[in-house]
Amino acid sequence: MDLRFTAEETTFRNEVRGFFRVALPPEIRRKMVEGRHLAKDDIVRWQRILNEKGWAVPHWPKEWGGTGWTPIQHYIFQEEMQQAPAPQPLPFGVSMVGPVIIAFGNDVQKQQYLPRIRNIDDWWCQGFSEPGSGSDLASLKTSAKRVGDHYIVNGQKTWTTLAQHADMIFCLVRTDPAVKKQEGISFLLIDMKSPGITVRPIVTLDGGAEVNEVFFDEVKVPIANLVGEENKGWDYAKYLLGNERTGIARVGVSKERIRRLKELAALEPAGGGARMIDDQRFREKIAAVEIELKALEMTQLRVVSAERHAGSKKPDPASSILKIKGSEIQQTISELLIDVVGPYVLPYQPDLDGSNEPPIGPDYAGPLAPTYFNWRKISIYGGSNEIQRNIVAKAILGL
Amino acid sequence: MDFDLTEEQRLLQESVGKLMADEYDFEQRKAYAKEPAGYSAERWAHYAELGLLGLPFPERLGGSGGTPVETMIVMEAFGRGLVLDPYLATVILSGGLLRLAGSPAQQQELIPAIAAGKLRLAFAYAERQSRYDLADVAVTARSAGGGYVLNGQKGVVLHGDSADRLIVSARTAGNQRDAEGVSLFLVDARADGVTVQGYPTVDGLRAAEIGFRDVKLGADALLGTKDQALPVISRVIDGAIAAVAAEAVGSMTAMHELTVEYLKTRRQFGVPIGSFQALQHRAVDMLVSLEQARSMAYLATMMADSEDAAERRRMISAAKVQIGRSARFVGQQAIQLHGGIGMTMEYKVGHYFKRASMIDTLFGDADHHLAIVARTGGLTDPI
Repeated sequence: MDLRFTAEETTFRNEVRGFFRVALPPEIRRKMVEGRHLAKDDIVRWQRILNEKGWAVPHWPKEWGGTGWTPIQHYIFQEEMQQAPAPQPLPFGVSMVGPVIIAFGNDVQKQQYLPRIRNIDDWWCQGFSEPGSGSDLASLKTSAKRVGDHYIVNGQKTWTTLAQHADMIFCLVRTDPAVKKQEGISFLLIDMKSPGITVRPIVTLDGGAEVNEVFFDEVKVPIANLVGEENKGWDYAKYLLGNERTGIARVGVSKERIRRLKELAALEPAGGGARMIDDQRFREKIAAVEIELKALEMTQLRVVSAERHAGSKKPDPASSILKIKGSEIQQTISELLIDVVGPYVLPYQPDLDGSNEPPIGPDYAGPLAPTYFNWRKISIYGGSNEIQRNIVAKAILGL
Repeated sequence: MDFDLTEEQRLLQESVGKLMADEYDFEQRKAYAKEPAGYSAERWAHYAELGLLGLPFPERLGGSGGTPVETMIVMEAFGRGLVLDPYLATVILSGGLLRLAGSPAQQQELIPAIAAGKLRLAFAYAERQSRYDLADVAVTARSAGGGYVLNGQKGVVLHGDSADRLIVSARTAGNQRDAEGVSLFLVDARADGVTVQGYPTVDGLRAAEIGFRDVKLGADALLGTKDQALPVISRVIDGAIAAVAAEAVGSMTAMHELTVEYLKTRRQFGVPIGSFQALQHRAVDMLVSLEQARSMAYLATMMADSEDAAERRRMISAAKVQIGRSARFVGQQAIQLHGGIGMTMEYKVGHYFKRASMIDTLFGDADHHLAIVARTGGLTDPI
């Protein structure tokens, strides 16, 4: 047992950190630190910088641009990217549909899509949830009927993140309504420019519109866009959802946010001439979440380290534990980030980005409350924390 | 970065686990508790035979040169076994002080005897007013006739009533709460002027209030450097925190297993109660809390021997916070999910709950250590 990183791992960390320091455009970094919205161009630009370096899809097989890193190297890379702080590559392409195509797609699909995902030439979005199918995803109703060499798709998807920018959507659709609900689902790749698709924004609590409803009205999709076998889509979806394992804890994000919190605590007046950082009670609140985070980091490293032995790629129910704790910690930090500023989180200033208007109150206060509201999503998306508990109860505890 | 045990460590884990299963089940434990010392003399002798009492000591002193990882393995198993023996008091605390501060003569005299199971010690450091402040020492050791005279009162001395010898922290200079001026002394528990009032603790172990009235000590009773004992005490206590963290993890693991087993077997409304989602989620939250605690027990183990006092301080304190919080949560839920049976003295889970709860009060509770982490700048270093 040795919880220190090896010399090689430390060298690797320094290399990654050094690269991010030089390659991450300062204006993107600034937006990340301040918690402001990224534009489509920011995300595309950063993805292409990574691709140039050969680090756009490190977890993919080498033949498709992966790096062949060890689990610990992947962990270090993620942590450094989150701490830089740099934008996470859009997961829908590189972490979701990409690995599904690699595992289950045909050669034509691989050649056609994988290089474009790597370089974000196609912006992908995810068509899983429906108005009536959230946690009970397998009850989904969007239908795909085979007519000649096409499917005709009808129905509605929702909570579709950044669909407003998307070129492509991967969808779970019902191809056989007569069988058990999990057995009649297929995995389709659909061009967002297809006639019959309508995208409508959903405005969330923070005032942003990062999610959308996507409507399908008699949309024609070539049969060539089916991934794997018809009616096997549920298996592919489970593979996709289980693929996101240790990264789900977002330890690096939380570390970076705690550093930000401490910076702001050193600036913010606490009354009586003191600063918030001098307030022992507030420091204890920060320390309490730091301790939880340190424990989570060690738990995550235990999972990563075990992965090295298992050498397997199968979903580990321990990732549900990382998701539960990781989301709770991020949400707690987002609370402390409004607590630290106090009254000046009140002014609502959604349009400051790119504006010459001076901000009301300290310039860092504007995004804090919206982020707090927005981050409630973390314990809901990707399988709510209650669903994660169901998974652990069944898969680990045998209940 | 690797969490693997070596082959030898895995064997140790197996053999101590088997030892607990064979010789320390709940019924046997009840019998051991009724012995005069509050634990089994026979078990203690057996630990010596197995080499457990010499584990952290160098081979030249009759030990096996184990690292904190070996100690962690044993303490976790002892946590599962709800062990009553004075391992913490004799091997970890007193043995740790001797190992770090003892003169060659003191080490030669005492450590092989500990390893052989022939000598039991206790560490008397806390006082009524000191709470968790190791520097707050009112017991005095006055220089006299080439030796010392000891006066004052120590409290909650773990296994103080069965110890052959005591290691006592006493003030040799300065004011009551000064960091400097604290020294350690070896005192025969039966010396004139020593009064020992032993008692059971609420978790089934033993402790004592110990008074010293004009107790005469020779110059060779001094352990370590005069007036400079605090850093050594602090370091040994940090090692003890890592050890009880592992014990708490063993205890919590057992509570969680018992609880999940109970959820699967107890039937109400015609079904196992583990089929109810409210209870499933509670059991999962226990597991999350337990795994967080286990992670921090590992971290504490790796930091226990660190020479970097500042880094050791904040990491060990962080671990103690997590252990305290998790032990309360897991223990309370274990009782709740068992319902009435969990409230009874005759069922095992409540005894784990009591031990795990009391570990929080040892060497500084969660609030105490949280304040330390907060005061020392937290855990997230700038990059």
